Amino acid sequence: MSDVTGEDRRSGTSLPVRLWEARWYLLAGLAAVLVAYGFGPGRAWALPLAVLLLFAALFSAKPRAVRIAEKAGEVDAAGLQRLSGEYLAAAVADPLIIFDRNTTVVHANAAAFVAFGGMSPGLSLPLKFRAPEMQALLDSVVSGRVASDALDYLEKLPVERVYRVSASSVGHGTELFVLVFKDQSEARRIDRMRADFIANASHELRTPLASIAGFIETLRGPARNDAAAREQFLQIMQNQTSRMARLIDDLLSLSRLEMKPYLKSGARVDLRQTLESVIDSLSPLARDSNLVVERDFAEGPLDVPGDRDELFQVFENLLENACKYGQAGGRVAVSVARSQAGPEPTVDVTIRDFGPGIAEEHIPRITERFYRVDVETSRAQKGTGLGLSIVKHILTRHHARMSIRSELGNGAAFTVHLPAN
Amino acid sequence: MQSVHIVSAYDEELKFLAKRIAAMGGHAERMVEQAVAALVSADQDLAQKVIRDDIVLDEGQREIDDKAILIIARRQPMATDLREIVGAIRISADLERVGDLGKNVAKRVMSVTDGREATSLYRGLEALANLALIQLKDVLDVYASRSVEKIGIVRDRDEQIDAMYTSLFRELLTYMMEDPRNITSCTHLLFCAKNIERIGDHATNIAETIYYIVTGDQLPAERPKEDKTDRVVVQQPEVVK
Repeated sequence: MSDVTGEDRRSGTSLPVRLWEARWYLLAGLAAVLVAYGFGPGRAWALPLAVLLLFAALFSAKPRAVRIAEKAGEVDAAGLQRLSGEYLAAAVADPLIIFDRNTTVVHANAAAFVAFGGMSPGLSLPLKFRAPEMQALLDSVVSGRVASDALDYLEKLPVERVYRVSASSVGHGTELFVLVFKDQSEARRIDRMRADFIANASHELRTPLASIAGFIETLRGPARNDAAAREQFLQIMQNQTSRMARLIDDLLSLSRLEMKPYLKSGARVDLRQTLESVIDSLSPLARDSNLVVERDFAEGPLDVPGDRDELFQVFENLLENACKYGQAGGRVAVSVARSQAGPEPTVDVTIRDFGPGIAEEHIPRITERFYRVDVETSRAQKGTGLGLSIVKHILTRHHARMSIRSELGNGAAFTVHLPAN
Repeated sequence: MQSVHIVSAYDEELKFLAKRIAAMGGHAERMVEQAVAALVSADQDLAQKVIRDDIVLDEGQREIDDKAILIIARRQPMATDLREIVGAIRISADLERVGDLGKNVAKRVMSVTDGREATSLYRGLEALANLALIQLKDVLDVYASRSVEKIGIVRDRDEQIDAMYTSLFRELLTYMMEDPRNITSCTHLLFCAKNIERIGDHATNIAETIYYIVTGDQLPAERPKEDKTDRVVVQQPEVVK
């Protein structure tokens, strides 16, 4: 920084400034001439003295250039000196934690709060970052064995995140250390997404594909000239291809969600309006299934922090399931209520159907990928086995929970507990 | 722990205990995670690594025990300090057990590698393990932050783990009924599921200890027992003659 400004100055100097800088050369030259001529040729020591003076002038001119550069540096440092570590940390987009010799947090920037939560000053770092290699990293930096070190830190739960963590000593007698996290989750997730996608997709796409291949074989062989059978088989094949398309859509949307573990903070969603539009968009399905959608919304504003499109998808999937599997009940109830039951206030959205219900042993597992209570019904209802795992994933991102209550014969109620603040 | 004693070495000793507990916790978390990963992907090398790593936790527990006894003998701790020290002894015992359970899962990897047709079972086990690990992570985070108001959620999750375990139990029984050749691997998987469920129980124990350390009160004993596997019976399908 100071180098650049120094150079700028030198290139932009005018003639008087250049003369002023060279004043020592000029004076020395003048002195040499005066000595040589004034004292005459009789004095033998006059010429060496003049040469000596000239050298002295040359050397005294050099620190001058250095001084100019130093002065330029000082101008910048004045601003830097006033800059507190706190402001600097706040300006860094990556999570940054400053800690002392006892590995106690001195300051954590906002990004660190968002990423790890509860990083208040006074927290002991090894208690929070317990992975053995993190412990070793903190230990080696604090003990002074190395000035700085870096490693890859993987956090698997609740959402997978990978960071390149570097720890280094601030030095200069501050006894402070700093830990910087560089998020590399995305690159990692693209790799995993590819592997996951292939694993899930190949398994789930094989069934419809096998069925299509079988029908093609029949159509080319025994049923070659059977018009009625051909029409029927083509219909089945069309159903199978559309199932594969739905499956790919769902897998893609799940993978996309897994790509971005954090939500944009700050945005709020009006649940009343979101639910109304979900109900609107599913009204054709409800009409076809002869269902009435009942609403029971609490008074007052019902907004929560979150992403509108994602929450729309949560309620759409839940209501769609209620319509598909709760047909027998004749109605579906959507209710919103505020709750203080947990440690922090939540807004609870319940979508309840009055269909056959879900057997107890399936309830804990229905959010797993491709878990189906009844494979036949699910296929008939064009389910992909991914709807609820998408829901679960979105809710994890929203720090929300879902509880499921159901009894055989009495329908099922899915309640989403969204944090209100 | 936050209070300052006249003898600063005393503070150092208490801090040492807390850090050692956290280090043990990190090891236990890592072991369980890797044991389940080894089981799901049939990775023998990873399983062997987990088995070797268990010694770290055993050493940790012994070290904490020694240190805690020394502190009690030397400093005659009172109130919070005493609870902190006794709590450390109890938590380290729980963590050591978690490590043993993880090691046991890893030991079974060898026996279940044949007959891996039921992918849904492995997904179920993975989901169960994720619940138990989140439970453990949350509990150890509470140990770091001392925010005991979050302990209620930890207990709720214990119920989810139990429900999930019951469901897996039933599914395993069904597989065994279907084909006796599945019995070997299913029995091992059953023990793995049981071990993971026990890890959740140990996490709940730790949560109760932390509550006691911070507040001095026992967490009210309202734990409903959700483990219903003692009553699970799968009907033999009728044989057509």
